Amino acid sequence: MDKDVGRGKGRSVTPTRPAVTLPHFLKKMGEGRGGGLDRRSTFLILYLPPLIWLGLFFLIPILLMAAFSFRADTYGSLFENWNLGLNQYATIAATGSYWRLLGVSSLIALVISISAVVLSYPLSYFLAFHAGKRAGLYLVLLLVPFWTSYLLRVMAWKIMLGTDGVINSLLMYTGVIKAPLEALLYNRSAVILTLIYVWIPFAALPILAALQRIEWTLFEAAADLGARPFHQFMRITLPLSLPGVLAAFFMVFIPTIGEYVTPLLVGGSRGFMYGNIIQDFFTKAANWPLGSALSMIMLAATLILVFIATRLIKLEDLLQ
Amino acid sequence: MSNRRAPFPLSLYYFSIIAFLYLPIVVLFLFSINTNTTFSFPLKGLTFDWYQKLFQADAVLRAARNSLIVASGSSFAATLLGIMVSILMMRYQFRSKTLLLGLAALPLIVPYVVLGVALLLLFSVLHVDRSLLTVGIAHTVVALPYTLLIIASRLAGFDASIEEAAMDLGADYPTTLRRVVLPLILPAIVSAWLTAFTVSFDEFALALFLAGTQPTFPVYLFSQLRFANRLPIMIALAVLLMIGTLTLVFIAERFRRRET
Repeated sequence: MDKDVGRGKGRSVTPTRPAVTLPHFLKKMGEGRGGGLDRRSTFLILYLPPLIWLGLFFLIPILLMAAFSFRADTYGSLFENWNLGLNQYATIAATGSYWRLLGVSSLIALVISISAVVLSYPLSYFLAFHAGKRAGLYLVLLLVPFWTSYLLRVMAWKIMLGTDGVINSLLMYTGVIKAPLEALLYNRSAVILTLIYVWIPFAALPILAALQRIEWTLFEAAADLGARPFHQFMRITLPLSLPGVLAAFFMVFIPTIGEYVTPLLVGGSRGFMYGNIIQDFFTKAANWPLGSALSMIMLAATLILVFIATRLIKLEDLLQ
Repeated sequence: MSNRRAPFPLSLYYFSIIAFLYLPIVVLFLFSINTNTTFSFPLKGLTFDWYQKLFQADAVLRAARNSLIVASGSSFAATLLGIMVSILMMRYQFRSKTLLLGLAALPLIVPYVVLGVALLLLFSVLHVDRSLLTVGIAHTVVALPYTLLIIASRLAGFDASIEEAAMDLGADYPTTLRRVVLPLILPAIVSAWLTAFTVSFDEFALALFLAGTQPTFPVYLFSQLRFANRLPIMIALAVLLMIGTLTLVFIAERFRRRET
C-alpha cells in the first residue's frame, strides 16, 4: 500500500502522524499502514473529477474531430458508412480559396496584433513611468472597456459604422458628406478597426508588467554615464520590455486568427475570416467532415504558433 | 528619467485613447435612451421607455435568466475543478502531472470556433440535445484555466509548513485541506468564481454552436439583430447587464488585491 502512496506523496507531508488521526475505515483495515490512505484517497478525489471532465469534454471532442476529418464520405448519418480517407484534406489542398482565406486571416491577425501592441505601448509607458500616484486609477479607466461585454463592444461598432449609423449621420448632419458612406461597414477594414479597439487594453497589460519590473537604478546609472532620455529608452527600456511586447503580440494574435464573431457582425461576406468557413460547414453547409479537417488545420496552425511563442518567451517572465 | 511629471504629448495620447475606448460605450448608452430605433443624428429625443418595455419583453428576460443559470452553474464547476487542480499542482508530485496541467491550461489557446465545433460533434455522437447544460459544460472548460491560475498563485503565496504544522498537531490531510488550506485561499476562490462567472456570462462564440433552442443572452441578442425595432430594448438590457458585470468585476478585483 505504501508504494502506491508514492503517487500522491507531496513535499508538504511529514511522515510522522499520530495513530489517533487515522480515519476509522483505515483502523478497521488494520494498523500499521502509516496513515497514507487518506492522502491517497484525497489524491484520487482531487485527481479524478478534473481528469474525467477534461478528458470527456476537451480531449475526446478534439480527438473525435480529428477522426471526423479523416472520414471519406461527406453526407449520411454520423456513424454510418464510415470510410477512412484523406478526401477532406485533398479537397482543402486543391481549393485555393481556403488557403488564401487562411493567409488573409493570418495577415489580418498580424496587422491587428502589431497595431494593438504599438498603440498600447505608450499607454503602458505612461502608466509605468509618468502616471505617479494615480497610476492605479488610470489603469482601471483603461480596463473598464475591456471588462465590458465583448459582443456589446462589437455591436457598438456596428451601430457606429452602419449606413444610417452614428458616423454617417453625423457627417451628413454637419454637411461634410451628401450621401452615406457605404464603405464603412461590412469589409475587412471594419473587422480590423473593431478588433484593434477590442484588444488595446488587453495588449497594454503584459507590456505594463514588463515595464514595471525594470530596475530604477538602471536609469540612474545610465543618466550618470550621460545617456540622454532617447538613448535610455532605446538601450534600456525597449530591450527590457521586449518579453512583454512579445507576450502581448501572441496574446492578441492567437485568439484573433480563430476569430469568427466579429467578421460575422461587422465584416459581412467581404470581411469573412477562416473561422467563418468552419462555422459555415458546421451550420448552413452541414459538411462536418470537411469542417473538421479545416478545424484541424486551424488547430495545428495555432499550436505551432504557441510553440514558437514559448520558445521566444519564458513563461516565468510573465508571472509576477 | 528623474522628472516623473508626464510629458504633455504622452498624457494627451493616453486620454485620447481612453476617450476612443469609451466612445462606443457612450454610444450604446445613448442608443438605449434614444426615442428612435436607429441611432442617427440629429437625435429626436430621449426616453426611458425602452427600459420600461424591457420588463414586459418575456423572451429577452428569459434569455437573460438562461445566461444567469449557465454562468452560475459553470462558474461553480470551474471553481471546484480549479481548486482541485491547483491543490494537485502545488502540493502533489505525480507522474501524469504535466498531462493534467496541460489539459487544464490548453483551452486557453484552442480557438473557440474549434472547441465549439468539437463539442458540437461530441454531443451529436452521444445524442445529447443541445441545451443550457451543453453551453455550461463548454464554459466550464474555458473558465478552468482562469480559476486554476488565480487559485494556484494564491496557494504558491503561503508557506506549506502551515499544513505540516496542522498535520503534526494531528489533523489528517482532508481535515487540513478543509480547516487550514481552504480558509487561506478563500479570497482567491471568490475571485476565481467571479472571474469564471463573467467569462461565461459574456461568452458567445461557443454558445452559438451549443445553445440549441434555449438561447443565452448573447445568442438571443445576436438572433435579434435583424429586427431593428427590437434593438433598443436589447441594448437597454445589455446596458443593465454591463453595469452588473462591471460590479462583479470590481468585487473580484477587490478580493484579488486584498490577498496580496
